[in-house]
Amino acid sequence: MDAFLQGLALVFNFQTLLVIAAAAVFGVFVGAVPGLTATMAVALLVPITFYMDPTPAIAAIVTTSAMAIFAGDIPGTYLNIPGTPASAAYVGESHQLARQGRARETLGTNLICSMFGGLFGTLILVFVSPSLAEVALQFSSYEYFWLALLGLSCSIFISIGSKTKAFLSLLVGLLLSTVGLDMMSGAPRFTFGIPDLMAGVNFIPVMIGMFALNELMGFYGSRNEGRQVTAMHKDKVFTQVPRHLRRYWRNLLRGSSIGTLIGALPGAGADIAAWISYAMGKSRSKNRDAYGTGHIEGIVDASSANNSGISGAWVPALVFGIPGDSITAIVIGVLYMKGMNPGPTIFMEGGGLIYALFIVFFIANLIMLPIGYVAIRSAKVFILTPRKILMPIILCFCIVGAFAINNTITDVWIMLITGFGAFILARNDFPMAPAILGLVLGTTLENNFMSSMLKSNGDLLSFFSRPISAGLGIMVILIWLLPLLLRLYRHYRGTSRDHSARTP
Amino acid sequence: MLKRHNKALLAGTAVLLTTLAGPALADYPEKPITIIVPWAAGGGTDATARTIAKAMEEQLGETVNVVNRTGGSGVVGHSAIARATPDGYTLGLVTGEINMMHWQGLTDLTYRDYTPIAQINYDYAGVQVAADGPFDDLKDLVKTVREQPKGTYNASGTGQGGVWHLAFAGFLMDQGMEPDRVTWIPSQGAAPAMTELAAGGIDIVPSSVPEGRSMIEAGRADSLAIMAPERLDSFPNVPTVQEAIGSDYQIGEWRGIAGPKGMDPEVVATLEDALKAAYNSDTYQGFMAKQGFGTEWRNAEDFAQLMADMDERFGKIVEQVGLAK
Repeated sequence: MDAFLQGLALVFNFQTLLVIAAAAVFGVFVGAVPGLTATMAVALLVPITFYMDPTPAIAAIVTTSAMAIFAGDIPGTYLNIPGTPASAAYVGESHQLARQGRARETLGTNLICSMFGGLFGTLILVFVSPSLAEVALQFSSYEYFWLALLGLSCSIFISIGSKTKAFLSLLVGLLLSTVGLDMMSGAPRFTFGIPDLMAGVNFIPVMIGMFALNELMGFYGSRNEGRQVTAMHKDKVFTQVPRHLRRYWRNLLRGSSIGTLIGALPGAGADIAAWISYAMGKSRSKNRDAYGTGHIEGIVDASSANNSGISGAWVPALVFGIPGDSITAIVIGVLYMKGMNPGPTIFMEGGGLIYALFIVFFIANLIMLPIGYVAIRSAKVFILTPRKILMPIILCFCIVGAFAINNTITDVWIMLITGFGAFILARNDFPMAPAILGLVLGTTLENNFMSSMLKSNGDLLSFFSRPISAGLGIMVILIWLLPLLLRLYRHYRGTSRDHSARTP
Repeated sequence: MLKRHNKALLAGTAVLLTTLAGPALADYPEKPITIIVPWAAGGGTDATARTIAKAMEEQLGETVNVVNRTGGSGVVGHSAIARATPDGYTLGLVTGEINMMHWQGLTDLTYRDYTPIAQINYDYAGVQVAADGPFDDLKDLVKTVREQPKGTYNASGTGQGGVWHLAFAGFLMDQGMEPDRVTWIPSQGAAPAMTELAAGGIDIVPSSVPEGRSMIEAGRADSLAIMAPERLDSFPNVPTVQEAIGSDYQIGEWRGIAGPKGMDPEVVATLEDALKAAYNSDTYQGFMAKQGFGTEWRNAEDFAQLMADMDERFGKIVEQVGLAK
């Protein structure tokens, strides 16, 4: 109780509340401008949070990401261009509705669903993570090794598009993670005599490069500035919302649960949560034919899923230090910088910080309502902001941000080089999330493997000697074998069908 | 045309000269001072640095900024301190690692690359074990480790060749055992090692006692002894090694403020006075007592001597552990 009151005091002060309000506006802006993603917003925010106390720093990140994911629906509805990848799943649907003159109604529903999804995910975070942490206290290097491996495997398995490319992208991340002083042997690797590289590749500049610089270059590579708002109607924002919610409350709950779960899976974030729950909603709907013609049902599923995914991703990040998506990958870095080392002990150390974090989540999702409403009313401003002016400003932020974290020019170079590399990879449809996860989890994977080996004198079977460890190990191996099993299954079914066709 | 160039050149030279002569003492400090910390924000060293910086601000009347340059087991930050301009505006919180890293071939930097100003803290190594673990007290631990075959037990708390590794290896040698009788499992620091200890993956964490505080207070770990001359005020139930097994072995991690080599003696004197007042301030002493961190003062001269002594001592341990390069 005492810690809870301390948490309240940490949140309800002028500075933190001001930061939350500013972050909400920033989040709406970034989300609503097509081409700027929520991850990019958070990456750009990190150097600024560096100068804040832990609570406002985390509040800024939570609020920005939640708002950006909602606001991504705004240009999706008006322009048929998703503001963030998380809105891509249902952008066609909501644009259809906008063409029918129901743009504000759609966005109003989106807003309420997003808020509900976010709060749902937060409740899961608040109630599940402390008990999960109790379990995690029993985890030794064996379990963490499997968890890291599980995270990396998931990031490939759940990625959209070519699995081979996702795997190669992961290897790039793992390679970057080997740079620096190896903790186990005490030997420097790939440092080329640069003292700054002894610390390894700092992943905040890498994130800025991969997500911000990469997209900047993508913008100048494509040039699609000629945007026009085709459907601008002045219908009521919230009038129809209760009706939709009454009708589709099951979709709301299902979307939120799926979203939280997928968010909690390492490597899969809000965008994948939206795709999957949209598909799930469609397959279980009675009006499947109405999908694609401006049907709000799928939007309820997906827009609650992407926001609950944002909250869900924090569960493994806080409890195990394993990021659930690319935003929490950044968050883990910030938590370390703020002395809140992610892991089960974060729930043991007093000071009310963890309660402050939970409270911040609630506020961030509640503040979505007023600020989101204003954003819907003034959507035109965000959509028509000329990106020609924005992009150079963002470039400045990228460079200053990369420098500010360690005050070293090496990080600026890292940012520029990885940004360029990521641009080439992204142009060839390599997903970025596995690379980031590889960089963040590579050291965890390696160090836990090495220390397990040291502890057991090189006995590989020791990875299966503890019950939880064995369970996790079997899970990982099953995930690896799944594609093979699926193929076998299909092959078997295919041949048996052929067989039956041939027999008269 | 040429004349104008000359004029510009002249003006430029003048400006250059004034800047060069700028830091000329008299009014030192006349701009904010930066303290580089080679360890991550939020850790014990960082908190110590931020507190002493705050206390120094009150003395000097200038802003004292703390900048973290982390990584590479402290190499990155220590290099940044040594490479800074010795004008008194960039200082660093130098830690005991400077006495260890060069023996292991991680860096060419030694304590001779710094201008010592003052030592402000000393944390002695402790011996932490899991609350439900096999050891009752230090005597029991030493006996069991001696009787069981080499490599039966393991310990963790820093990277390979880090301060607690060397401190514990030194302790084993003091007890007449080989330094690697207990297998060292490198870790990113004392905090993850304490988590592993509670999870049963590690047997011993020889970090300073305050670093194990949250696990000790949660009842998941015990501290058996401290390698110090007397008990800590903040942990009065933890005996010294002397009390537990009658050895006078003492070792730990020192922290002090130093600048790059070649600082002006007058600037050093000003800083030394300011640091002394800051060290004695309620801000600093109150914080350190609250955290349970040890306080120990040495002025510039004694600090230099300490660094030289510890360098020799750690050099020997590094060699005996077999990490010397």
